Amino acid sequence: MLKIENLTKRFGGLAAVSNVSVDFEAGKINAIIGPNGAGKSTFFNLVAGAIAPTEGRIQFQGMDITGMACDRIARLGIARTFQSTMLFEESTVLDNLIVGHRLRTQSRLWDVLINSKRLRDEEKKCRARAEDVLDFVGLSHIGHRLTADISQEEKKRVAFALALATDPELVLLDEPAGGINPEETIKLAALIRKMVDHGVTVCLIEHKMDMIMSLAHKIMVLDHGEKIAEGTPDQIKQNPVVIEAYLGSDDDAAA
Amino acid sequence: MDLFFQQVLNGLTLGSIYGLVALGLTLVYGILHVPNFAHGAIYMVGAYVSYLTMVDLGYNYWVAMACAAAAVAALSVLCERLVFNPLRDAPPIHDKIAAIGIMMFLEAAVQMQWGAEFRRMPTPYTDIFNIAGLTIPAQRVLIIMGAFSLMAVLHLFLKKTMTGATIVAMAQNREGAFLVGIDANRVAMMTFAISGALAAVGATLFAPINLVYPSMGHLLIMKAFVIIILGGMGSIPGAIVGGLIIGFTEAFGGFYISTDYKDIIAFALLVVILSVKPTGLFTKGVR
Amino acid sequence: MGALQKVSGFIMSPAMKMLLILLAVLFPLAAGNEYQIYVMALAFVWAIAVYGMNIVTGLCGQLNLAHGAFFAIGAYTLAILTVDNGWPFWPAFVAAGAMGALLGFLVGVVSLRLKEHHFAIFTLCVGFIIYLLMDKWESLTHGTLGIINIPAPHGFGLVDFTETTPFYYLALVFLVLSVFFASRISHSLLGRTFLAIRISDDLAASLGINLMRNKVLAFVLSTTYAAVAGALYAGMVRFIGPAEADVAHTFDMITYLLVGGIGTLMGPLVGTLVITWLTQSLQSLEEYRMIVFGPLLVLLVIFSPRGVVGSFTAWRARRRAAAREQQARQTASEKVPPQAGASSIKKGAGNHA
Repeated sequence: MLKIENLTKRFGGLAAVSNVSVDFEAGKINAIIGPNGAGKSTFFNLVAGAIAPTEGRIQFQGMDITGMACDRIARLGIARTFQSTMLFEESTVLDNLIVGHRLRTQSRLWDVLINSKRLRDEEKKCRARAEDVLDFVGLSHIGHRLTADISQEEKKRVAFALALATDPELVLLDEPAGGINPEETIKLAALIRKMVDHGVTVCLIEHKMDMIMSLAHKIMVLDHGEKIAEGTPDQIKQNPVVIEAYLGSDDDAAA
Repeated sequence: MDLFFQQVLNGLTLGSIYGLVALGLTLVYGILHVPNFAHGAIYMVGAYVSYLTMVDLGYNYWVAMACAAAAVAALSVLCERLVFNPLRDAPPIHDKIAAIGIMMFLEAAVQMQWGAEFRRMPTPYTDIFNIAGLTIPAQRVLIIMGAFSLMAVLHLFLKKTMTGATIVAMAQNREGAFLVGIDANRVAMMTFAISGALAAVGATLFAPINLVYPSMGHLLIMKAFVIIILGGMGSIPGAIVGGLIIGFTEAFGGFYISTDYKDIIAFALLVVILSVKPTGLFTKGVR
Repeated sequence: MGALQKVSGFIMSPAMKMLLILLAVLFPLAAGNEYQIYVMALAFVWAIAVYGMNIVTGLCGQLNLAHGAFFAIGAYTLAILTVDNGWPFWPAFVAAGAMGALLGFLVGVVSLRLKEHHFAIFTLCVGFIIYLLMDKWESLTHGTLGIINIPAPHGFGLVDFTETTPFYYLALVFLVLSVFFASRISHSLLGRTFLAIRISDDLAASLGINLMRNKVLAFVLSTTYAAVAGALYAGMVRFIGPAEADVAHTFDMITYLLVGGIGTLMGPLVGTLVITWLTQSLQSLEEYRMIVFGPLLVLLVIFSPRGVVGSFTAWRARRRAAAREQQARQTASEKVPPQAGASSIKKGAGNHA
């Protein structure tokens, strides 16, 4: 599904991501872990097209998307969430989600000015999609609330829903459980599994080790921008290099 | 050739004042990431305080300068406490609007109190030197020397003192600075105070060869913004070099191209540069 | 609560819009003197420009500090074409709008590559360049003298727009059109697209939104609004000078926008009317209005960044949400056994399941 070859990104002289090659399979949960500053977020930004790589190739469903603009990549089917959830606090939850399906619509300024049939149909479609995804993440009951008034965990779910509204094949989740309590983390993990069951491939960055180990099918470990290991959770847990670089020191704190 | 050197002198005069004002602006930007649109009005208030201390109260030039620096530093700190600090986590558009609000208020208040008329600030240094065919008014020498010595003092302060070092640290990395336990409030107030004092001294130096009036800061603040964009927002050497670049461009542009359009030159330069390189001239690859 | 609910429901209803238009139509009859009608017409013209600013700044989140300059461009285009080139009013009026759009496009394409602060500073400079050009380019703009004897809108022999009251109705028609299109835009997918950009460039791009294309569109829409308002202004005041491009006008418009409610539909109108009449009622304030406006802006962004209309709509959305939840709770408690009760539809109940 996502095939990455020798991906490198240098800022000035510093390599944030260095020569990473990896393959993510469709319909699986793939995790990227590593200490702070290991280049995980940069890796996501590269895949999503927010920044262009210095070297290397990114293929998505057999198509070369290296250096493609972010909005085009989104239309091809890669959606993402951000570390800090960004939503429009002054409008309702449902209103926040309607724009998510905008990229599957055609209406232009002219349609808006004359309120054309195409626009009305497309707005209906977007609203329906928003309601669907809201239901999917289990928040239909708060659709009419002001976004400013909902909890942090609910906001995370809304951010998931917004990503799902774009009809993605692949969703990149940047620390989905950041700032969320353990109980709610378990529920978020269930939601991530549900996404995969519905045919969406997931790729996530996360610091919560217990969550990753029980959730991921495949884990890639980054350190100083380089891939130091990849494999199943069991393989990663036993990998001496990983233990040395990361798990050994952080495991207790994360558990 | 004499005319050429005359323009060099003009460029140096303008550039040093621009540099001082831009320095204050860039320091505040570096710490708080606020483009302080009120900085020009702060400069103007500095000029008025000096003027009034000299003309109405009859103190000498240097006392007036010190009073202006102190008063304007206090005013800046007040702005930081009352306005920018509460807006620290607000969307970026809010602090810009607040800064504009401060600017509007200061200008209107000064105009209401002292009127819109142009005033000429007296200076004790009215001598004019004639050296090798060059006409050099003493005030210009004072401006150049004053501005550059102030820059040197600032440089020493930032490099050699603890407070200075924390300001630099915070400008480079806000989150990091919090981690190592820097008192962000204190640094922010300090920075605003320095920025205000620089503007007030700049105004007191420059006003005698210019005029004092409520909107005197308009053009200057816009040029200062051009300068810090050229020099990289938050960069201290960038502000000084940028100030000199704009100063010289204006002096020579005004002389060789057109006096009418000399004020446009800085902005045209900005438009051209940003059209080609949206991140500014001297910014490095990071961010 | 019933009465409050009804009032707030009425304010949001189409009937309210009809009522507002009716009141506006009747205003000249109720006005004590011609001057009041003139002030109102002028406020309408400014409100049109503020609607433009609301598109790029309110919806799209880009603080355009050259907005007043585009207002002046509309005014000057009309004045130059009619006075110096003998064009009739209406073709020149259309040309003024087109000029606003064209220059908006050119400036937008360059300036919108810049983010946030850089964009605000850049547009401040663009506004100043436009001002200086109007001030210094004497052969085109008559320099500091300005342009006098601008014709009033042509009434085709039916109405005389040099009279205040007919012009008032003309301004009203343009205002209603402006609000109508602003409403179409802000309630549509396009408005939502702009809003996504206001939240964050990164978020919008990740939702497949082409940032540059949409920002330029918002910018061009706003400058067109500004230029149309400027052209109307020139036809009303019939004398213009470089001061029209003064950045103070942009600041005035920011104040109107913020008082009314940035990003809301009725905010620009409410803000413009409130501030215009406040300033009028304190005649002595006109020159020193910034003494009040400045602190007002600061207080608004700190304590009430949503403005009048924004606070109202947020308040109403909260009430409706609360009402709906109460309703849901009641229906739920009727259906399920009492021990599960009201709490069973709360999300916390999921733990037991």
